[in-house]
Amino acid sequence: MTNKTSILSGRRTKSLVERIMNIIFLVCGLASVVSVVFMTVYMVVSGGAIIAETGVFRFLLGHVWNPGGSEFGILPMILSSVLATLGAVLIALPVGVLIAVFLAKLSPGKLATAMRAFIDLLAGIPSVIYGLLGALLLVPAIFKLQAAAGLPNSGSLLAAIVILVIMILPTIISVSETAIRSVPKQYEEAALALGSTRLQAIFKVTVPAAKSGIVAGMVLGTGRAIGEAMAVMMVSGNAAIMPELLRPVRLLTAAIPIEWAYSSGLHRQALYGIGLVLFVFIMVINLLLRQVMKKGGAQDE
Amino acid sequence: MNNTNHGSITQKRRRPSEILLYGLIFLLAAFLAALVVFIIGYILAKGLPAISVQFLTTAENPIEETVGIFPSIVNTLYIVFFALIICVPLGVGGAIYLSEYAKNKKIVGAIQFASETLAGIPSILYGIFGFVFFCVLLNLHVSLLAGVLTLTIMVLPIMMRTTQEALRAVPKSYRDGALGLGATKWYLIRTILLPCSLKGILTGVILSVGRMVSESAALLLVAGGSAMYMPRGSVWEQLSHSGSTLSVELYRYAMSRGDNSTAFGIASVLIIIVALLNLLTRFVAWRLNKR
Repeated sequence: MTNKTSILSGRRTKSLVERIMNIIFLVCGLASVVSVVFMTVYMVVSGGAIIAETGVFRFLLGHVWNPGGSEFGILPMILSSVLATLGAVLIALPVGVLIAVFLAKLSPGKLATAMRAFIDLLAGIPSVIYGLLGALLLVPAIFKLQAAAGLPNSGSLLAAIVILVIMILPTIISVSETAIRSVPKQYEEAALALGSTRLQAIFKVTVPAAKSGIVAGMVLGTGRAIGEAMAVMMVSGNAAIMPELLRPVRLLTAAIPIEWAYSSGLHRQALYGIGLVLFVFIMVINLLLRQVMKKGGAQDE
Repeated sequence: MNNTNHGSITQKRRRPSEILLYGLIFLLAAFLAALVVFIIGYILAKGLPAISVQFLTTAENPIEETVGIFPSIVNTLYIVFFALIICVPLGVGGAIYLSEYAKNKKIVGAIQFASETLAGIPSILYGIFGFVFFCVLLNLHVSLLAGVLTLTIMVLPIMMRTTQEALRAVPKSYRDGALGLGATKWYLIRTILLPCSLKGILTGVILSVGRMVSESAALLLVAGGSAMYMPRGSVWEQLSHSGSTLSVELYRYAMSRGDNSTAFGIASVLIIIVALLNLLTRFVAWRLNKR
């Protein structure tokens, strides 16, 4: 790739074909850049209209979502999405790290291989199937809790959190496991030699050393959780009210497919606006992930 | 690893809190395994009875009250096939550019950043973009073609990443040897790099197919939600009409029609496809290691 001294650097040896192929490959490479630029532009243009119409604060901080009355406040949805994501990550992170520790350190090799195959399968199950199972098994199971609390039976924030936990676990487990495995064995051996127990060595030396990888897994999981639409839509009850654990909620992502078919005009623009808000969330998470990865890379060197 | 357990000092220091932590870890691992078995078992138990030859090869017939998912199977194949036709050359070409041609660090950085960004964008946003851009602006309407183009962008980062990894695994000596013998760059790529990274590209294709088969949110917006009729007309005509894939059809049966037995039937078909794709990736990786 450093062609300074190679015969290829001579321009005359480059045939027409070579130059054409160079351009074709460059175009292929730029396809993703062009896609991102177009996406950003069109998300902002299509989503900006409603925000210009109602004003940033009334859109983002309004409590009432009533498309019929032209009221488009999405604060309840933002809070619901944030709470659902936060709840799911807070549960999935410790569980995922413990399972990653099991796979990387404690389980016999064959069992770990088998479990990894299972976890891959879990990651590959389409989100509509999670939604279907959630709606038929999980939501009715929560009815009892709701009855005990004197609330009507419906989908709930709790159901959305549980579904999201299952959906982001594979991501958190596999990223954490890779990070834990890449910690040099000597660290743990040194800790053992100093008299710490196996678990102390793992949790006080290896896991902290794998911190940046685990954080990357957490951020990736957060991105997946906040962007998941179909499964949470099928279990969360879809009422655009302020979130409570056992009451129905509507998440940002779920609002779009639910109202898509019967929306038009300003209402449709409000859905684009929700898309823009989500887009901003995702971009922030992406940048965060990049930062974490960069830091992790710097540490490794 | 295991030698610490035999009469070593660590054995004596195991405390109740440690036993508790061990218990918790094993319990969680067992729970996860049980959960996977339960999810798959439950879907297959509920769904397999619904699957029959008629279920797989006919369209829904409201008069005779029979259910069939053939149209959505065809729609899924169309979308997967045409998206791959566009996406594989683009993704492979992009990866080749990054690892073989690019010298300008800024361009490399921009492409990498774009690819990572695309990988992080959730499918519902692809749906909105696809609708605004392909369906409305390019006037493709809600159609399978719009679905194809939207999914192409969505799986592009997968293709690029797997190809890049495969290219990285090709030893530098191969390149030096070929160039030293006077091969041109394109000749080197065509005859050495592409055949050597074929398995990696194949893995990317399988992963992309998996993603496209599972996809529902984006397709619901850009390709529409019905697959009532048997496919007819030319390929082009079908691409320009709306139609739902298996995942979208599952959603439609479960949510807007409350027909759970059909939904579980489709779910089993999907689970079987996903499991087969998983096995296929493992097989490809295994063959790769054998070489």
